[in-house]
Amino acid sequence: MKLWDCFSTALRALLSNKLRSILTMLGILIGVAAVISVLSLGSAQAAIVEESFATLGSNLIYVTPPELGMSGVGAQTTLTLEDAQAIAQNAPSVRNVAPMAQTYAQVVAGGESLSNTIIAGVTSKAQVVDNYGMAQGSFITDFDYGARSRVAVLGSEVANTLFGEMDPTGQSVRIGGRQFQVSGVLESRGTGFGFEDMRVYIPLSTFYTTLATAQVGSRGDSVNMISVQAKSGDLVESAEQEITDILRVRHGLREGEDDDFRVLNMASVAAQVTQVLGILQLVLAGIAGISLLVGGIGIMNIMLVSVTERIREIGLRKAVGAKRRDILIQFLIEAATLSFCGGALGVGLGWIIVKIMSVIATNLGFTLSVTLPGYAIVLAVGVAIFIGLISGLYPAVRAARLDPIESLRHE
Amino acid sequence: MLELENITKVYKAGQTEVPALRGISCRIESGEMVSIIGPSGSGKSTLMNIIGCLDKPTSGKYRLEGVEVDKLNDDQLAEIRNKKIGFVFQSFNLLSRTTALANVELPLIYGGASNRRQRALQVLESVGLAHRVTHRPSELAGGEQQRVAIARALVNNPSLILADEPTGNLDTRTSQEIMSIFKKLNEQGMTIVLVTHEPDIAAYTRRTIKLRDGQIEASE
Repeated sequence: MKLWDCFSTALRALLSNKLRSILTMLGILIGVAAVISVLSLGSAQAAIVEESFATLGSNLIYVTPPELGMSGVGAQTTLTLEDAQAIAQNAPSVRNVAPMAQTYAQVVAGGESLSNTIIAGVTSKAQVVDNYGMAQGSFITDFDYGARSRVAVLGSEVANTLFGEMDPTGQSVRIGGRQFQVSGVLESRGTGFGFEDMRVYIPLSTFYTTLATAQVGSRGDSVNMISVQAKSGDLVESAEQEITDILRVRHGLREGEDDDFRVLNMASVAAQVTQVLGILQLVLAGIAGISLLVGGIGIMNIMLVSVTERIREIGLRKAVGAKRRDILIQFLIEAATLSFCGGALGVGLGWIIVKIMSVIATNLGFTLSVTLPGYAIVLAVGVAIFIGLISGLYPAVRAARLDPIESLRHE
Repeated sequence: MLELENITKVYKAGQTEVPALRGISCRIESGEMVSIIGPSGSGKSTLMNIIGCLDKPTSGKYRLEGVEVDKLNDDQLAEIRNKKIGFVFQSFNLLSRTTALANVELPLIYGGASNRRQRALQVLESVGLAHRVTHRPSELAGGEQQRVAIARALVNNPSLILADEPTGNLDTRTSQEIMSIFKKLNEQGMTIVLVTHEPDIAAYTRRTIKLRDGQIEASE
């Protein structure tokens, strides 16, 4: 029997029971669509995370109180301005140190007001260390710090809410009831880390004289976070060690006592996050893969039913000269065709799902740049065909082994 | 052209052995039309299966056109069935969702023949069904279905037509039509073996082999 005849015989058998063929395909279709959308959304998410880390300054280390993460607002802080100065002076692997104190206050300008806005007291170093770009005007300068100027730099979201399209530079705002002059506006950071877009920055010295009293547990020179930039990527780890040593000595911690602060190396955080996302994606793809497996079982089930239903047909085919191989190949091709078509349609459906998700994400304000990785298509369709062949094998072998006499007698 | 020599067939049902054929020896010459009759349980189906190469004898020799069929494996038997034997069954055994034409083409597909359509149309015409080639079995009358089956049996130019109760599902008039087709084929030189339990049908053949309890009772 020629191969083409095997195909046309198998296709004819599938077409003669269209509804069943379609329902059988559905199992594989859904499985492949799930795998495709998980892989595709996963790679889009990985791209977002990578981009977010890229917006942060390079070689960054954050020093925070032990119980809180990056924002640290309102925490009982153990860090002081002197800690920051000690790190700057005594840690040889460190290039820049940017202490930051934070509190909440109401910000008013013109008729608009924002309650509970994060007010951050910073030095000029913050711009370098945290990699702030300026949309308008200039950042807090050393002069501002020295003179305790009443100047403020607005996050883009804050500027937009208070001033709309107008350039806020030179305008005055009231922060916690006190008059400040806007010296600049930060570039938007988008949806990445932190809340830079929703913050207001003022000189740290001014912060202590005007707003610090509002902070719980304040000592007058405490800071919520110290951002440290190491001299190079290679020196990040030694900088981490130096900071820990300096702070332990300054805080009078004995050996065996826990740190009363936390040192976070952003590079290792990035690596950890990437790793966790990778694992998460694998788990999701695994769960999606299970539905592929279920689809395969569906194919096996239907093929077994089909063999039983067509026993007489198989007997007749054998009587008129079909060899075992011919019957085996016919049923294998039927199973493979079901799973291949299911797989191909599944790629299409998966792609549609991913596109819809990206449109929804765009409406929610994210940019989700989805791509359909070529390896995902090949993998999903390949696995689908493989599962089809495996599930088809047993029913096909059963069909091929049927005894022609008994099959012809079968009612 | 067909020679059986001391053929036996024993079926095993659990521990007990049930002999179905106990030493059948006979010859059927080329161009003969023979009927095999006998009560149920006499072994005529078993004999028919062995002659049709669907089953192998437990012992004995079977030569079909000089080929010792009892020594062949399953695939070789499939090849013999395809090329040398045409089957006609009581219940027609047509593929139900397939046209008459495709049903007749089936043996040609497994034989790997070319020009299948042309050959299939030719035999359908010879059994008087040229006008119904695209009909499905469910759209055909019983007699017409059996004609499609006869066309299918003829399509590979076999040496032997083997018909198992070919008129068992048909009324008297249609039975006569079908038998006249067999008669005509035999007159054209086709060897035909009919298995039946109806004396009327056996009367169409010049020679009748009577089976009883797995043995030939009479051959006349």
